[in-house]
Amino acid sequence: MKKTTLISILGFLILLVLPRFLSSYTLGVFILIFYYAYLGQSWNILTGYTGVISLGHSLYVGIGAYTATYLVMTLGLSPWIGMWVGGIVAGGIGLVVGYLGFRFGLKGVYFVLLTIAFAEIGRLVILHLKVFGSFQGLFIAPTFTFVNLQFKENIPYYYIALGYVIFSLVVVRLIERSKIGRYLVALREDEDAAESLGVDVFKYKMIAIFISAFMTSLGGAFYANYIYYLHPGTMMSMASSIEIILRPIIGGMGTVLGPVIGSFLITPLAELSRSYFSKAGYEGLHLVIYGFLLVAVVLFFPRGVIAYIKKRV
Amino acid sequence: MNVTLLLQLAVSGFLLGGVYSLIALGLSLIFGVMKVINFAHGEMMVWGMYVAYTLLLWTGVDPFLSFLVSAACLFLLGYALQRTVVNRIIDFPEAMQVLPLVGMGMVFENSARLVWGPDYISPRSRFSLSSLSLGDLMIDVPKLLAFSLAIIITIAVLLFLKKTDTGKAIRAAADNRTGALLVGTDVNRIYAVCFGIGAACVGAAGGLLVPIMPLSPHIGAPFTLLSFIIVILGGMGSLSGAMVGGLIIGVAESIGPELITSLFHGAGLDLDFPHTMKQVVSFFILIVIMLLRPQGIFGGRRG
Repeated sequence: MKKTTLISILGFLILLVLPRFLSSYTLGVFILIFYYAYLGQSWNILTGYTGVISLGHSLYVGIGAYTATYLVMTLGLSPWIGMWVGGIVAGGIGLVVGYLGFRFGLKGVYFVLLTIAFAEIGRLVILHLKVFGSFQGLFIAPTFTFVNLQFKENIPYYYIALGYVIFSLVVVRLIERSKIGRYLVALREDEDAAESLGVDVFKYKMIAIFISAFMTSLGGAFYANYIYYLHPGTMMSMASSIEIILRPIIGGMGTVLGPVIGSFLITPLAELSRSYFSKAGYEGLHLVIYGFLLVAVVLFFPRGVIAYIKKRV
Repeated sequence: MNVTLLLQLAVSGFLLGGVYSLIALGLSLIFGVMKVINFAHGEMMVWGMYVAYTLLLWTGVDPFLSFLVSAACLFLLGYALQRTVVNRIIDFPEAMQVLPLVGMGMVFENSARLVWGPDYISPRSRFSLSSLSLGDLMIDVPKLLAFSLAIIITIAVLLFLKKTDTGKAIRAAADNRTGALLVGTDVNRIYAVCFGIGAACVGAAGGLLVPIMPLSPHIGAPFTLLSFIIVILGGMGSLSGAMVGGLIIGVAESIGPELITSLFHGAGLDLDFPHTMKQVVSFFILIVIMLLRPQGIFGGRRG
């Protein structure tokens, strides 16, 4: 355990000074690595620790992005504040999904379908809202100030995204060490046994889905102010939900470092293959590879890469 | 509210619903036998569409004939998929079965995009744009043909399961896997054949849809979801449920937006419920049915 702490601190220090040596493009790749590590971690809180699979987390990304942007548009509220409002909205919707799913005892595939249904309804509703530009999507005209969370260069985004990752690591570590975390793992392993020992399964699942949705939505607020363009078709589709879950699955679900490791492995690969294949005229080929990867990982390494690293260290 | 328009929409939705039934039949058959949900179902349908489309392009054979080729191709694809991927995940926890098939869906979707390009295509076939009139109602001939063929195929599949030896073996394996093994059934082969038949259903449905709707690599996912909704509505594993569910969803998606819009207007709201949001109607039905009657209309027990 001491050794991993040391490696983590060393890795953190390297990441802290790294931007001095990197080009803007490479920084962009790192920002995406952090962004997806963060989203994966947020998803991991629900699925990794409770075993309840959500395939609709792009809904919460969208809610975060659109709420923060809407508050800027109408009230001129800084995204730094707006993102917490978005978090509460997303958390609230997470609670609705959770209430319906857990109260009515939807298990396995049924719960997956419930999350997909909510995400699709959300996507279609936002797609038809005129405030958000309907089918054209919404362009954000950036004003480069700290208050607006918009910057000319990639370096501030790099540090903010890194901050997101550290925030998520701290949250997950706290959860893991607390009573809540132990209850969650207990109910993941055997829900009936946990319940018969007096764990309020419903309550702890609700807590997990709230935190997960809340945090995912904070990521959406960042994304909106990094990309300056919002479209439900790209941001809230099922494909985006799969992007979110791919990294924690490959890295290792239900672990603190799994999503981070997964993102460091997959995101650069995804970025490079995306730009390489589309330059060569094979657009979509990287998604074919993703698909095979997802199949292969679940079939042959169901516990993720981290299980193999742990064996070695 | 315009009654003729509503009736027109209902008829058109009902006809489309027949094809939906066939798609859902494939999903329900696979689930009923293997307890696996084919999350790549819609993407496989798209491959069925492209097979029929390519044949139309190269040989001029009408999709209403070449859907048989689509079905045959998809049978092989389904058989192979079962042998390589699905057979390995049958004993996985239910939730982990989702991911490999979602992955295969991505593979099918994007390989179709690599082969045929990302754009929407509306091929012109012999019957496109022709229609019959029945009093005030206009009936689209391609839709009527697709509906009739879909219903014929559905009945044929049901008869196959009831009457033939392979069909009986499939039903036996569905009822009791260990029992089927004990009496000497090659359960793995039966599973693969069954997955193949499920895929062939959706492939045939894809072929039938070519003259009705524009095709693109990315239209698959909504059909996967649509067929789930139908199967849950009818009852997981209930084949006649899939048929009735398909017709209900077809009509609901067709008249739903119009009804809701007039409800909004009746309540004095200046709101429209556009037809492009028709899926919201079926998702709403899905949520309601999952919460109130998770076993579906025809399901006896919880799936």
